[in-house]
Amino acid sequence: MNAAAPIPATGTRPVRLVYFAWVRERVGMADETLDVPADLATVADLVRWLKARGENYQAAFANEAVVRAALDQVHAKPDSPLGNAREIAFFPPMTGG
Amino acid sequence: MTPLIRIQREDFSLQDEIDALAAGRADIGAVVSFIGLCRDEAGTLAALELEHYPGMAEAEIGRVAAEAAARWPLIGLVAIHRYGLIRPGEQIVLVLAASVHRRAAFEAADFMMDYLKTRAPFWKREHRADGTLGGWVEAKADDDDAAERWNR
Repeated sequence: MNAAAPIPATGTRPVRLVYFAWVRERVGMADETLDVPADLATVADLVRWLKARGENYQAAFANEAVVRAALDQVHAKPDSPLGNAREIAFFPPMTGG
Repeated sequence: MTPLIRIQREDFSLQDEIDALAAGRADIGAVVSFIGLCRDEAGTLAALELEHYPGMAEAEIGRVAAEAAARWPLIGLVAIHRYGLIRPGEQIVLVLAASVHRRAAFEAADFMMDYLKTRAPFWKREHRADGTLGGWVEAKADDDDAAERWNR
């Protein structure tokens, strides 16, 4: 028996998704709470799952490399683990200053 | 040294912020200020609309400020960023860095602006003088390069 084998997560958990700028416009809403599969491991996994939900998400994430993400208001990368993040944001590269 | 971070719709006054920073102390030898203005090079812009991520904007600028405070011996650090509709000629952002000597103040202010542009969650969109809504301003690779140079 391999004691180190990770136990796969099951079920879903509620996550608040927030969108900004043209990501918000393409998704068609500023925020939503979705029950996401608990076995989604990374930001990229979540993006893949969202794109399967509809054309609006496909439009928002047409160029995945451009869209940025934040987990609980901290910048994240596509391979960042979602962990227990409750608020996940997607937005274009920033243009403040 | 606790950095002062403000995200606000209202305009700000450079002199008021310097006065507040220096009030009641005489150990500051240098204050470097940077103000970013809304510019209209082509004469076609009615206003810039700045959208931001409330909560994260304050938090992220706070993280950048903490990095600046760790790198340079600062006495004071201020970052104010506006959101909403801002017309050409109006102020968008203020950074103040105060130190005993000028070098730390210059470098910290420069660092703050480079990272503020690439990490603070703000997005600009153009409202044109002819009444139409313009596109979202695109991020510049130059800005990423400018931020990256602090890692070299």
